[in-house]
Amino acid sequence: MNEKLVSQTPALRLPPRVLDELKRTARLGYPHEVCGLLIGREDESSTRVDRMTQAGNLSTDRLADRYTLDPDDFQAADTAARRDGLDVVGIWHTHPDHPPRPSRTDLEAAWKGYTYVILSVGREGVAETRAWRLAGSEFVEQSIEEKTP
Amino acid sequence: MSQATIRIPTPLRPFTGGAAEVHVEGSTVAQALDALGLRHRGILDRVLGSDGRVRGFVNIYLGETNVKTLGGLDVPLPDAAIISIVPAVAGGAS
Repeated sequence: MNEKLVSQTPALRLPPRVLDELKRTARLGYPHEVCGLLIGREDESSTRVDRMTQAGNLSTDRLADRYTLDPDDFQAADTAARRDGLDVVGIWHTHPDHPPRPSRTDLEAAWKGYTYVILSVGREGVAETRAWRLAGSEFVEQSIEEKTP
Repeated sequence: MSQATIRIPTPLRPFTGGAAEVHVEGSTVAQALDALGLRHRGILDRVLGSDGRVRGFVNIYLGETNVKTLGGLDVPLPDAAIISIVPAVAGGAS
């Protein structure tokens, strides 16, 4: 799979407190895949994350390398986000003992318009966090700016 | 006929000119979705299959309830209903 960092891709503004919460949740979920949503706002130049939510993983047969985000949790998070004038702007999930690059499974289920944050997590915690967006039929990497809104 | 608000997820907003919500009328969820499709061409192809059923990669909610548990798209609409198009999200490390 081609992976490119495209300058036209809006940067992901991820406050340190949200990144810390993502890493903590990923570590607590290890060795299972865990997932959730990124809530914030998007404009032409950036995707801004205000908070994260954790969602249930309905995948029960391959806990270490699959996730199916509970749509009830998506619906609840979307309702809360809209109430606050925000949106679901992306999805995060972990790759236990795997690099934070989209897999073929990730690509097949991806939605254009969302940011996908992937955290590579192991026994010692999160090793690397990267962000991706679908462009055409492939993922391109999105730069992460650790900024407080 | 009831008034309904359909919530549009970010990936489908190119079909609605960027609108996060669309207001329609209908007696059932199916009629409300038909009204959405008439107003915003192309969006229903992403939501419903050729058989009129909800595609596998989306879920339709009436209020806080997945319509799958309400008997499907023919469920009657209460007034001021909120219908949500919820993307199915999945993936994995390998």
